[in-house]
Amino acid sequence: MSLLDVRDLSVVFQRRGERPFTAVDKVSFSVEPGQTVGLVGESGCGKSVTSLAIMGLLPQRGNKVTGEVLFEGANLLELRPDDMRDRRGRDIGMIFQDPLSSLNPVIPIGVQVAEVLERHQGMDRRKALREARQLLDAVGIPDPERRLKEYPHQISGGMRQRALIAIALACKPRLLIADEPTTALDVTIQAQILTLLKQLVDETGTALIMITHDLGVVAGLCDTVNVLYGGKVVERAARHELFARPRHPYTHGLLNSVPRLDSVRGERLHAIRGSVADNIPWTEGCAFAPRCNYVVDACLEGAPPLEPTATGGDLRCNNPVPVEVTVP
Amino acid sequence: MTERTEPLVELRDVKVHFPIKSGLLVDRTVGYVYAVDGVSLSINAGETYGLVGESGCGKSTLGRGLLRLVEPTDGEIVFDGIDVRSLKGESLRRARRRMQMIFQDPLSSLDPRQSVESLLIEGLKAHGLADDKAATGKRLRETLEAVGLPASALRKYPHEFSGGQRQRIGIARALVLNPELIVADEPVSALDVSIQAQVLNLLEDLQNERGLTYLIIAHDLAVVRHIADTVGVMYLGGLVEEASSDDLYREPMHPYTRALMSAVPVPDPLVEDRRERILLAGDLPSPTNPPAGCRFHTRCPWAQPTRCADERPALRDVLGGHRVACHYAEEIAAGRIRPHEVEPELVRPDDGGAPGDTGELIPTP
Repeated sequence: MSLLDVRDLSVVFQRRGERPFTAVDKVSFSVEPGQTVGLVGESGCGKSVTSLAIMGLLPQRGNKVTGEVLFEGANLLELRPDDMRDRRGRDIGMIFQDPLSSLNPVIPIGVQVAEVLERHQGMDRRKALREARQLLDAVGIPDPERRLKEYPHQISGGMRQRALIAIALACKPRLLIADEPTTALDVTIQAQILTLLKQLVDETGTALIMITHDLGVVAGLCDTVNVLYGGKVVERAARHELFARPRHPYTHGLLNSVPRLDSVRGERLHAIRGSVADNIPWTEGCAFAPRCNYVVDACLEGAPPLEPTATGGDLRCNNPVPVEVTVP
Repeated sequence: MTERTEPLVELRDVKVHFPIKSGLLVDRTVGYVYAVDGVSLSINAGETYGLVGESGCGKSTLGRGLLRLVEPTDGEIVFDGIDVRSLKGESLRRARRRMQMIFQDPLSSLDPRQSVESLLIEGLKAHGLADDKAATGKRLRETLEAVGLPASALRKYPHEFSGGQRQRIGIARALVLNPELIVADEPVSALDVSIQAQVLNLLEDLQNERGLTYLIIAHDLAVVRHIADTVGVMYLGGLVEEASSDDLYREPMHPYTRALMSAVPVPDPLVEDRRERILLAGDLPSPTNPPAGCRFHTRCPWAQPTRCADERPALRDVLGGHRVACHYAEEIAAGRIRPHEVEPELVRPDDGGAPGDTGELIPTP
């Protein structure tokens, strides 16, 4: 059994007087114990909403979540709020993009780490603080004894993100969801945090869902990569397969459009034309069709199905990029 | 790219220091933020100079200082033979037509209540270039066409456009005055990757058509490598390395540049699996209280006893135009000095700001 099995997850935002907006459209993927899975896409592709839906953190009103999120066989979407609270932080940890706004500014770091241990493991404050000290040490925060008493504004952005990782991993969850954990950080700090995440995931055997827009981050970290576009998974492949032979025109276009540090200089970038504003609804065809160089008539006749490929992945495309056309 | 010609812009030992004020009734200066602390560089006409560095290294302040959007504390700025720092009032205003700026966030740098037409015409009016109505209309349409927007965009407002289109409006606003120098501060970092490529291509096309000179400020090394002819790397207010884009990426010589380049993730699992990261310990020290000697010595894996901590290395020419500010650049390149472990030092975001206010507040949980 998979650790996490997301089946046909949909999130529809509804506002009175406005047309409902489908942010996540029947997304399915699974995570095996100890595996690292990437969710990649640009802003508005539904990657963050997917993670919030899994964690049950979407607002109570204004949206409709359907489908199943099976964590070790239990459907998280059907849990009572109290039961979900027990699992959050204990079974599933989460790291957010902006560490400053996800830490409480008026509570010392130590208490924020200890809180999780008190809540889920029934430790008293003194014992929890001692444990918190060790956790801060484990995530590479220098002088953890003093850090315990300090407030988020007193430490740097990289240290804040480390503190957040300590909180997420305090109860040794079996699954960790990281939503753009390094986007707000400088590259050298990003390298520190990614190395730390990789090391902790290896040591503890925690499964990781990595949500990012940065294909470079995925390339070094994830076992399997799901590429999202317009709320749907358009391509899923093992890491090496995806980067060596991207079959979906969107994935192919993305890989071609990023300037690379190790590429030949002076070459023109192959931009994807248009923007997400040009998308058509999936009911009318492939959302990417208006921007696609490989578009065929069938693309405008309903959403293409997600079908298994010969190399063990999945692909949602009528006219995939030929295997011979590789990324330069 | 154009042939090497006269430098259009020359900076000599430019400093921008911001005073830190304290006190209720009397403004007491308790310290300075040494945002830019002695930078010399020159940009040739028709070329692109890329300035990279992490947040807080002073790259944006330098760009603004060059246009005198912030007042430099010291140093010399020469633009096409004119001493920019000595300009006042009307002459400064007129000089600014020739140097324009593109900002990072197009939504906050475009007035939401001004139509695109009014945004573009504002600069023309300020410089008395909008007298002939027909000619102005033609100029606006041509500018929009150059940045890839339809003429119908003139009557629209910024919120009606997508992020990439807004950045095109920002570029059009700079372009409409026919400047010689464009300073672009993080022109693509607010955009999605698929849109970044469009804007980068546009900037390159415009340079080829109009012979523009760019100063591109960015934190993304891959972007800078792609677009710049010469790259300068900044760390804590100073330039630590400068070389042609190809040289710098082929053989980075300063330890900081090496660490920076090894930290950039490359979208290729084969490269990622093989490469060795130089992980820097700790955070960027505070610019209010920069380390003595070499600014980087507190985090440098190659730092050598005493000299690195005592003497600030000057930017010196190492081989044919490759300038490095490191005492031991040659030794490191030849492998005569091996990297060692570095203990991370504590860095506080408010270091030196107001003394004695950290760590003292005992929480009452």
